[in-house]
Amino acid sequence: MRTGWLAAGLVLLAAAPAEAARIGEMVEWDFGAQAARFFSLQDPSVRYALGGSMLLGLCCGLMGAFLVVRKLALMGDALSHAVLPGVALGFLWGMTKNPAAIFAGAVGAGLLGAVVVQWIRATTKHREDAALGFVLSSFFGVGIVLFTMIQNLPGGAKSGLDGFMFGQAAALGPEDVWLLAGVTVLALGAVGLFYKEYVLTSFDEGFARSLGWPVKLYHYSLMLLLAFAIVSALQAVGVVLVSAMLIIPAAAAFLLTDRMGAMLAWSAGFGMLAGAAGAFFSFTGRSLPTGPFMVLAAAALFVLALLFAPRHGIVGRLWRRRSRAARIRRENTLKAIYHVMEDGGFREEVVAVDGVAARRHETAAGAGREIGELQRAGLATEADGRVAFTPEGRQRACEIVRNHRLWELYLTNAAQLAPDHVHEDAEVIEHVLGDETVRRLERRLNFARRDPHGKLIPGLADLAGGPPPTARVAGFGGKGGAP
Amino acid sequence: MTGFVPAFEWQRVMVQPWTEDFMVSFWIVVMGFFVAATCGLVGTYLLLRRMALVGDAISHSILFGLVVAFMIFRSGGTTVMFVAAVATGLLTVGIIEFIHRQSRVKTDAAICIAFTTLFAAGVVLLSLAEMKGPVHLDAECVLYGEIAFVPLDPAVEIFGLTLGPAPVVRIAGVLVGLLVLVAVFYKELLVTSFDPALARSLGLRTGIWHYGLMAVLSIVIVSVFEAVGAILAVAMLVVPPMFAAQLSDRLPVRFVLVFLHAALSSLLGYQVSVWLNCSPAGAMVVVGALLFLLAWAVMRPRRAVLPDPTVHA
Repeated sequence: MRTGWLAAGLVLLAAAPAEAARIGEMVEWDFGAQAARFFSLQDPSVRYALGGSMLLGLCCGLMGAFLVVRKLALMGDALSHAVLPGVALGFLWGMTKNPAAIFAGAVGAGLLGAVVVQWIRATTKHREDAALGFVLSSFFGVGIVLFTMIQNLPGGAKSGLDGFMFGQAAALGPEDVWLLAGVTVLALGAVGLFYKEYVLTSFDEGFARSLGWPVKLYHYSLMLLLAFAIVSALQAVGVVLVSAMLIIPAAAAFLLTDRMGAMLAWSAGFGMLAGAAGAFFSFTGRSLPTGPFMVLAAAALFVLALLFAPRHGIVGRLWRRRSRAARIRRENTLKAIYHVMEDGGFREEVVAVDGVAARRHETAAGAGREIGELQRAGLATEADGRVAFTPEGRQRACEIVRNHRLWELYLTNAAQLAPDHVHEDAEVIEHVLGDETVRRLERRLNFARRDPHGKLIPGLADLAGGPPPTARVAGFGGKGGAP
Repeated sequence: MTGFVPAFEWQRVMVQPWTEDFMVSFWIVVMGFFVAATCGLVGTYLLLRRMALVGDAISHSILFGLVVAFMIFRSGGTTVMFVAAVATGLLTVGIIEFIHRQSRVKTDAAICIAFTTLFAAGVVLLSLAEMKGPVHLDAECVLYGEIAFVPLDPAVEIFGLTLGPAPVVRIAGVLVGLLVLVAVFYKELLVTSFDPALARSLGLRTGIWHYGLMAVLSIVIVSVFEAVGAILAVAMLVVPPMFAAQLSDRLPVRFVLVFLHAALSSLLGYQVSVWLNCSPAGAMVVVGALLFLLAWAVMRPRRAVLPDPTVHA
């Protein structure tokens, strides 16, 4: 029983492309020396492995960017498995590893797979995931049947077809690198020539169709390029990991930019970087496989992008959320100080911290912390348990109170809400109303001076740092707030 | 090219396997049936939840869990393997969900990122383990599955009863356990799969059912890849439920159809593999796919005009 499970585990472990993909089998191992050897590019095998890996990254990165924005990420996975029967048929064409025949067979099988996916989606109720799973696994099944049949043929046992399963970046020869270079040039050329068409069909298929464009032609030409990229990359990274090289750099690029051109550049750059890193680590690390290191390097880049992307990264988002929360807290404290002053009829320029704490429903210590934050932001000054606005603090407090009361008035006047229903809504929106909206609210409300609760709405003159509100209260008359 | 497809000799293909090598043929077909039925049962729910490719993801990422478990425990007992599989399966699903929720990357790309990264990490760990000591691996087994070796496993005896080869007994146990789970939690699984909103309004915690299903899926996958390999396990998860869904909209009928599909594909697939002298697991998958195409051809007109049943959500 136990040995059975061990065997089962090891069987799966064997899925690893660990067998062949090794660069630099060395008897004595020294990281520095190996790194020097790598960077000197003296070894032809290093040059081929590095060049091939970087070309692969570039090519897969370009194609993958389109897969990611078209939400076809798993199409790469499905097609990389679906090309197998084509590889076998290409081999059967003359019983040799003729690259041209294998390439043609694999591309044909890949295209057929893409067609079957579309066809299952169009004629059955099955969704994309089932269609992709069907193509992936049943084509792979056909491939395995053909592979096992080939092994029974005379001369078939040494076909070396397993290389397509596991990939052999170390064994890349000049012809493989030239093939990759050709496919890369083709992909660059196609994307460059038909950039506008590919972008439009990717983002707004309906509009492209309404322009009379052959949308299907663009889809299948992209699938053809994808099949080219997959087949030429199979030799280096194998069936499973080729889909990683398609998707991971592109997904990292997707987090960094909103523009397709920039995304293509980032994606291709990440792909090349991951390819180079994979070649480097497998060369300097003793007998470590290339493909998985490429994927891990790409995954590390993705994690960095996931965390630190300026707009879409987790850290940036958390930081923005925190700073927004801090700003809202500061503004609420300012408002509380204003309210305390207002309760005192604006007779005093300073108020007690205790009063602010009561207003905020905070402990004295909590209010003290909040006022400390205001001090650091230069919005208030505190001395002897009493707090006063700085000019900026006063202006900001007036703005917030003004936003709040204008919004309350707007809700009661324009939206016909009862006066006791408007406070909660205004509490939220006071922090996000922009200048433009406030000006429009003022016009809409005829520059009203009183909110629904009869409180004074601080006027623009107060915002501009004019005389303190007390003066306006004393000389209150009409709606003369506007400058 | 000549001789690539062997002639179909009735005696060799249809008679000899059942007269001369009866026990071998019997156990291979039974194993194939159990594998396809178990996977198909779970796969039916995956298909309903549009998660067919999560099976693909877990079947790859389990490598990582198995390597880590092997490095920690230095053993490959059933419990260790099941625990490792469940942990890795849940880890995979957790990573997918994390990426999906915390960024604007879509679920499909997140699936791809999660499983390829875990697979690559598993490969690297494996080659590091290889440095410390020789790990004898047979690369071919994972591709083709070793279902042909199943009859060679020592038979299991319980209470003096000779049951059969260990892998068959194990997968049969998983199948029975699965059937019991489906019977006991039929309503809950039904409602969480078809209408998550209704399930939530009824007070069911859909998240727990989701992760529970993923845990079961991981156990199923780890117990079948020995026979069919990691990638053909995906076929067993996807193809029988698709066949059943093509022919019926009723869940109990689909289960019956999944079992029918499993029986037909394992028996016919085995005969095909004897005829063509190829991998039995591969042949079973090919026959299964052909059965789906047949169902598609038969039921196509009706399906084409029916409204999409999943739109109401």
